[in-house]
Amino acid sequence: MDSCNCIEPQWPPDDLLMKYQYISDFFIALAYFSIPLELIYFVKKSAVFPYRWVLVQFGAFIVLCGATHLINLWTFTMHSRTVAMVMATAKVFTAAVSCITALMLVHIIPDLLSVKTRELFLKNKAAELDREMGLIRTQEETGRHVRMLTHEIRSTLDRHTILKTTLVELGRTLALEECALWMPTRTGLELQLSYTLRQQNPVGYTVPIHLPVINQVFSSSHAVKISPNCPVASIHPSGKYTPGEVVAVRVPLLHLSNFQINDWPELSTKRYALMVLMLPLDSARHWHVHELELVEVVADQVAVALSHAAILEESMRARDLLMEQNVALDLARREAETAVRARNDFLAVMNHEMRTPMHAIIALSSLLQETELTPEQRLMVETILKSSNLLSTLINDVLDLSRLEDGSLQLDLGTFNLCAVFKEVLNLIKPIASVKKLHVSLNLAPDLPEYAVGDEKRLMQTILNVVGNAVKFSKDGSISITAFVAKAELLRDSQTTEFFPVPGDNHFYLRVQVKDSGIGVSPQDIPKLFTKFAQTQSTAIRNSGGGGLGLAICKRFVNLMEGHIWIESEGLGKGCTAIFMVKLGIPERLNESELAFMPKVPPNHGPTAFPGLKVLVMDENGVSRKVTKGLLVHLGCDVTMVSSSEECLRVVSNEHKVVFMDACAPGMDGYEIAVCIHEKFTKRHERPIIVALTGNTDKVTKENCMRVGMDGVILKPVSLDKMRSVLSDLLEHRVLFEAI
Amino acid sequence: MDLVQLQRQLVDYRTSLYHEGFLDEQFTQLQELQDENNPDFVVEVVSLYFEDSERLLNELSKALEQQIIDFKRIDAHVHQLKGSSSSIGAQRVQKLCIVFRNYCEAQNVEGCLKCLQQVKHEYSIVKTKLESMFQLERQILNAGGSVPV
Repeated sequence: MDSCNCIEPQWPPDDLLMKYQYISDFFIALAYFSIPLELIYFVKKSAVFPYRWVLVQFGAFIVLCGATHLINLWTFTMHSRTVAMVMATAKVFTAAVSCITALMLVHIIPDLLSVKTRELFLKNKAAELDREMGLIRTQEETGRHVRMLTHEIRSTLDRHTILKTTLVELGRTLALEECALWMPTRTGLELQLSYTLRQQNPVGYTVPIHLPVINQVFSSSHAVKISPNCPVASIHPSGKYTPGEVVAVRVPLLHLSNFQINDWPELSTKRYALMVLMLPLDSARHWHVHELELVEVVADQVAVALSHAAILEESMRARDLLMEQNVALDLARREAETAVRARNDFLAVMNHEMRTPMHAIIALSSLLQETELTPEQRLMVETILKSSNLLSTLINDVLDLSRLEDGSLQLDLGTFNLCAVFKEVLNLIKPIASVKKLHVSLNLAPDLPEYAVGDEKRLMQTILNVVGNAVKFSKDGSISITAFVAKAELLRDSQTTEFFPVPGDNHFYLRVQVKDSGIGVSPQDIPKLFTKFAQTQSTAIRNSGGGGLGLAICKRFVNLMEGHIWIESEGLGKGCTAIFMVKLGIPERLNESELAFMPKVPPNHGPTAFPGLKVLVMDENGVSRKVTKGLLVHLGCDVTMVSSSEECLRVVSNEHKVVFMDACAPGMDGYEIAVCIHEKFTKRHERPIIVALTGNTDKVTKENCMRVGMDGVILKPVSLDKMRSVLSDLLEHRVLFEAI
Repeated sequence: MDLVQLQRQLVDYRTSLYHEGFLDEQFTQLQELQDENNPDFVVEVVSLYFEDSERLLNELSKALEQQIIDFKRIDAHVHQLKGSSSSIGAQRVQKLCIVFRNYCEAQNVEGCLKCLQQVKHEYSIVKTKLESMFQLERQILNAGGSVPV
């Protein structure tokens, strides 16, 4: 049978194997045709697939394979040559395509594979980045928290707020179970639990500071993980729960002294506080590095904020203290002012109150003196008068205390009898001393000059005061007064370190020592003696009458006399010695006649001291004219009265020895008269002495009088004694200018 | 009243005058000047003072009533009054005169008038007092005693 060109398969078609092949071919074809469809469908779905034309190729290849298998279905039975040719063509095409595809795939598959690996790689990277980003985000968040925390901490200067805020914020940021702050106690030996997050009022747990774990934390500037079982971490009982990890960090407590000007604070501070942070119980969390860093940063910030708060507290405290002191000082100042004013008022009042009775005493005693008295009575009256005069001077001096202190008080220098001064002091003190049965002795050195130049009244006052103190403070025994001229070697006394007296030709230093056997003075009281109004205990008890001014005034007088005064005593009950040195002038050599008149003219007993002295009185005022006339008549003068300057010039003659004129009357120029008198009487011995009586107390008047050639100026009102002494002085010296 | 009592009364009265500031030590000076040669010295001086002062006070009143006041003249009169008062020791009058002079210098009419009234007042007081004192003295002398000094 070879009439048809059919190709006969090798095996009969009814063979079972053939049947299986037939079915499989069919299904293969089916699958092959469906695969490209699926591919197309899915490729269309995904937009990303890069190798489309490969897919096309692959599709073609698969389709052709399918076709091949499909056509194979006809080759199981007898088939014509055409079918075989189609089959062959299909197979050829398929082969071609598949070979091309295979060749292509050799190029493509590594690419595809690498795509896959890259994809895997990228996925890993993405996962890693995700993780990292998560980390960064948490860090940034914590950073934000720290900034916020810092801001909160630094926006307050209240220590408690700072610490509380810190704990709260840290607790929130790090989701802590517990956060606690341990502060060192005052003694520095223990740490005390000061603040916690969860517990409201921590009871004062204390922990000794020298635990090894604490030392470990303090010696490192980083946050250190510590065991949850150590004392600082066991704040509340954990019991059944597993405690979370605990971290502790040191918080340096900085002081003002730690901040140097051009330097950062040295961390050599001794004091630290301890901050303990606990993660939640029963959690598997661990402390991450960034969290530890956060804790360290916060700890530093807290340290700074605390130090600011501390500084502020200190400055507030200092300011309050200053305000208090200010108030106290103000009060003290006002009190002092009140005291000063009270003192001045007191002095002013006492001024008036004391002068009035003094005047009465002095006036009446002088009157008494003028009457008939027995010698004893006269002596008594004279003593009264002298004492009152001294007292009057003392009052004047006390009340011019300010003048004394200013140093504007000036001494009334004059020549006087030194020995007489001492004798008078002795006379004054003898009565009182004899009442107390004290023996008073006076030793004047033989080389003591008889006369000296100085302020007699004040010297006597000083001596009297010193001697009076000696008498006052002695109950029994004796008082010795020694006076001598201080020699050069004695001048360099150890007592007087600031005092370097230089003896010279016309002055000498008088040294007076008054030694008593009384109650003495204790060494620590000696400096106080010369301060006014200060009385030592012993004097205050015994002597409620003394004003405490005596020695202060003496010191000032002695200082004015360029001297020095001090007191030596060996102690209470051992008596004391008062010593002073003053500078006195040596009077010029005087002749005998003048010497006789040196001492003050003793009050004359008789009314006529100047018998027949012709005197001219010129005064406009009738009353004062009469009074002046009365004065002079009482003294025995022959008085002519005139009431105007023309009359005066007319009447005056060389028989008149003295002319008294009222120089303070307005409209009457006493000065002119003086000039005219000078012109009238050219020869000095013919001219009467011209004296102005004036109520003006200023230097200008005095100078004017001196300028026009008057011989003297007297202050009105004139007492009898004053007139007497004035006349005697005038007649002796022809000049008298009373100190105004 | 007997002599001793009168004398004591006089002394007390005099002391009170000093104490109250009507008289000062100048008055004692005057009393010192009284002696056998001049037995009525004090009375004479005081009478002269009264005359003088009354004259001056009248002058002052007249001067202050004028339309145009001559302060210079007033000042001169007050100066005189001051001088007289200080010569016999009428302390209060003298002090008022000083104040009066200040007002004159300041040409303060009101002040001057006020002061004049005060001066007149004080003057009349001191005059009364001195007159009573003199009366006491006369009583003592009439009783045959001597005036205590």
